[in-house]
Amino acid sequence: MFKTITLATALATFGIIGAASAETLKLGNVAELSGPGATVGNAWTDAINMGVDEINAAGGVLGMQLEIDTYDTQTDAQTSRALVQKAIDDGAFLILGTVYSSSTIVNMLVTMQQGIPQIVGSESPSITQKGNPYVFRSSFGAQKSMPKIAAYLDEGLGAKSVAVSWVNNEFGKGGHDAFVAEMEARGIEVVADVSSEVGQADFASDVTQLKSANADAIFVYLHEEESARLLKELRKQNVEAPIIGETTLLNQKVIELSEGAADGIMGHVGLTVDAPNPEIQAFAKRFSDRYGYKADHNAMKGYVAIYTAATAIERAGELDRQKVADTLHNMTITVEDVPNILLNVSWDETGEVSRESFLVEVQGDETIVKDMLPAN
Amino acid sequence: MKQLKILGLVAILAGLIIAPFTQATYGTYVLSSWLVFTVAAMGLNLTLGYAGQISLAQAAFMGIGAYSTALMTMAGLPWIASVVVGMGLCFVVGLILGYPALRVQNHFLAFVTLAFTTLAFLVMRNEEWLTGGIYGLVGVPRPSVAGLSLMDGTRYYFFTLGVFILASLSFWWLVNSPWGRAFKGLRENPIRANSLGVDTRLVTLLAFAIGAAYGGLSGALMAPLVQYIDPMSFTLIISLKILLMVVVGGSGYFFGPFLGAGLVIMLPEFLRFAEAYYLMIYAALVVFLMVVCPSGLLGLLSRGIAAIRSREPAERGDLKEGAQL
Amino acid sequence: MSDFLQLIISGLSTGSIYALAAIGFTLLWQASQTINFAQGEFVMVPAFFILIGSRVLGLPFPIAIGFGLAVAVFTLGFVFKRLVIQPMLPHGHLPIVMATIALAILMRELVKEFYSAEAQTFPALFSEQTFDVFGAVISHQDIGNLAVSAVAIIALQLFLGRTRTGRSMQATAQNPGVAEILGVNVQRMVLYTFMINAALATLASVLISPIYLAKFSNGEPIGLVAFLAAIVGGFNQVRGALVGGLLIGVIDNLSAAYLSSEYRIAGPMILLIVIILLRPQGLLGTSEGRTV
Repeated sequence: MFKTITLATALATFGIIGAASAETLKLGNVAELSGPGATVGNAWTDAINMGVDEINAAGGVLGMQLEIDTYDTQTDAQTSRALVQKAIDDGAFLILGTVYSSSTIVNMLVTMQQGIPQIVGSESPSITQKGNPYVFRSSFGAQKSMPKIAAYLDEGLGAKSVAVSWVNNEFGKGGHDAFVAEMEARGIEVVADVSSEVGQADFASDVTQLKSANADAIFVYLHEEESARLLKELRKQNVEAPIIGETTLLNQKVIELSEGAADGIMGHVGLTVDAPNPEIQAFAKRFSDRYGYKADHNAMKGYVAIYTAATAIERAGELDRQKVADTLHNMTITVEDVPNILLNVSWDETGEVSRESFLVEVQGDETIVKDMLPAN
Repeated sequence: MKQLKILGLVAILAGLIIAPFTQATYGTYVLSSWLVFTVAAMGLNLTLGYAGQISLAQAAFMGIGAYSTALMTMAGLPWIASVVVGMGLCFVVGLILGYPALRVQNHFLAFVTLAFTTLAFLVMRNEEWLTGGIYGLVGVPRPSVAGLSLMDGTRYYFFTLGVFILASLSFWWLVNSPWGRAFKGLRENPIRANSLGVDTRLVTLLAFAIGAAYGGLSGALMAPLVQYIDPMSFTLIISLKILLMVVVGGSGYFFGPFLGAGLVIMLPEFLRFAEAYYLMIYAALVVFLMVVCPSGLLGLLSRGIAAIRSREPAERGDLKEGAQL
Repeated sequence: MSDFLQLIISGLSTGSIYALAAIGFTLLWQASQTINFAQGEFVMVPAFFILIGSRVLGLPFPIAIGFGLAVAVFTLGFVFKRLVIQPMLPHGHLPIVMATIALAILMRELVKEFYSAEAQTFPALFSEQTFDVFGAVISHQDIGNLAVSAVAIIALQLFLGRTRTGRSMQATAQNPGVAEILGVNVQRMVLYTFMINAALATLASVLISPIYLAKFSNGEPIGLVAFLAAIVGGFNQVRGALVGGLLIGVIDNLSAAYLSSEYRIAGPMILLIVIILLRPQGLLGTSEGRTV
């Protein structure tokens, strides 16, 4: 009872402070709230909104309350470009989003030209390879995660050959190219290379090709639903080779949708709510209490993005965009400093992140963390 | 009446010139993209409104124009050269696509263009050596006019406006010139036009090819505007969007595409209050409009005006001219 | 060899479902010259009616299917015909094309906002057990899909050819004017066609959703395939749409495997163009008397 009262008083006090200090700091969140990316963008946005409320309740950033304007890209690259411009016109100090690589690659031109720091949730390698000094990731680019997978395939499984199933868009192509390069470096032969379309429903032909290649392992780099459809078809055609994936394949959604076909798949995930870390567990609980659904890696990306923004501005010490961008380069945030950053994380000079990550396996309906892989 | 019309046009033009000064960068960008899409819709209006053919390839033609411009200007060639190449390519492809399709049956052009748009997308995405593949081409330069760089958004808007006015005037001339009257004849009454010695198949084919060239022009304006092109900007959905612009505005009306493109581009702005529901409201409005008035908003307007003026049945402004053919 | 067989069998299984959607498509065309651009959504939506029946209303699954069927026949058949298509019929096919495109968007958005943006699992009618035939894996589901589609199509053919109502419907499709004079209630026959289309779409939905998962965005690929199947097979023949559906299913699989997975849809698309050039009435179609 006493606790509740204190909390209420505390919140009320913060509320008054918030109202009293006229100065607010405006951030823009440009995300996929509708269209094919709606699930992804909404998880990202919900986590950001939760982060903003927490940061504001704790006194804001540089004594200012954060105000977040959200813009819906409809999962369309051209629209996202226009909306990033609109967010900047509306006075956003910094941009969060987008998550889809196909959008980010277009709209990051706008922030680059106008010198606005942008924290994105996209994983296509090309984003940090274009020399844009204002773009920062909140999760690994594929070129960071693929070496970890390659190491596992090579040393963990002893695979000599691999068959690849990937989705032919910016996300999949980037991951595919990074993966194939790693395979070449390790002398593992890619014996089947099967691309599929976004929203593809029929994977019979893909699986027939993967199966007839008789590879030591199958690597899957698709979006969630396509992953589920592929897994079902792999099981149907009795494919026995180990199935390996990256973040999306091991998403809770895939496990649900594939109705048992995900049992036994292994892979690498950059962020997972199943990680045993207390910060992540606490975040997952707050999130599901507030929104009534389980957080996924997209929510974690959004959460990390907003705390990254807040910490970088705080550390820069003033509202100078150039200074914030400079601060973000080669910055490290530890969980001790900022518990809600979830895992210790560093950025390099290109805006790419390094962080510990996880090797997981699906057992039944559960994702089990097998191993924690060091940052690279 | 005529003076009133001219006055109205001058007022609209003045508005277009003043507009960017009242807008932030975003507003100017949206206005520019309205102009760009209007050019594409204008071309489709010739195919659809005048020749009565559904084309689902307008986005693919925009793509051809945009990739020509991007590839050529990035190689250092002048913008104007890339426009000529882009529009020429579209015109020729239009002839090649349209000829066999129109030879067989009228509504088959829709199916052939649907397949073409899908194939064009595949080529743009898969032929990485030429088109940059799924990543597209980044850093398309904006042209300079008389040594003046158009990198600035407002300047590029005026450049687009200039090209847009030229394109509109050409279109006006095209459908009003003695030679171009065949288009109107085709719109009003194809059977009569045919009996009066107009080769309707040839005119239909030309309408499609010229419409395609307008698509190319639109693409050539779009690439430098966005400064980035990728295959996703030229998919079937974009073709459908342009088709919606023409039909909602009023196909066969000169100003139909202007209004339609404006609505399709600006509507998300007006319906922002509706948030996630805006697409739903928009789609419901289109269904409603088609049910109530299939000739589009301008059709609705002219029907309204006609109803006020007299009790006679509605007629299109230039029906009389068509009848003179 | 076993790969080839596998591709053919999987292609036939999904192709038979495409055929159901394609047949509805051609029926609407014959009855009212309606090119239904929302046909894919007509297949996507009934799965959600059924899910509402079983998950929201708590009906047992077979009853939920009946519920979904009834709702689909009413909304996608009756309401669609009366409120959307009928007022536009006098104005030619362009407004109908545009309205059905917009309707497709509307249906997608409604499902997304009021049910879920996420894919949903859907119970299968047949077990997922498999057996081997010359190295190709065949599931009971594959056989079931083929069988159910075949039965539905044969039943439809019998209905159209052997019953009074069916023959009246055919007469309406061939020449509404003459049918009217002969005392056929043309509007009612057209309405029946729309309701049959909705029922076929529901059947396709039930068969396809366990494999494809039920999702608001599924209509687009399904609609495109139905459209292709209808043109390739022949716009004015039920048989044509059947052959078209099976053919597209198989060619899609073969072109993904042997042409290039990156150019997968190019196979069916090129087939479409070739058919239009060489045999515009479709493989099994008869050339149309009416030009539109």
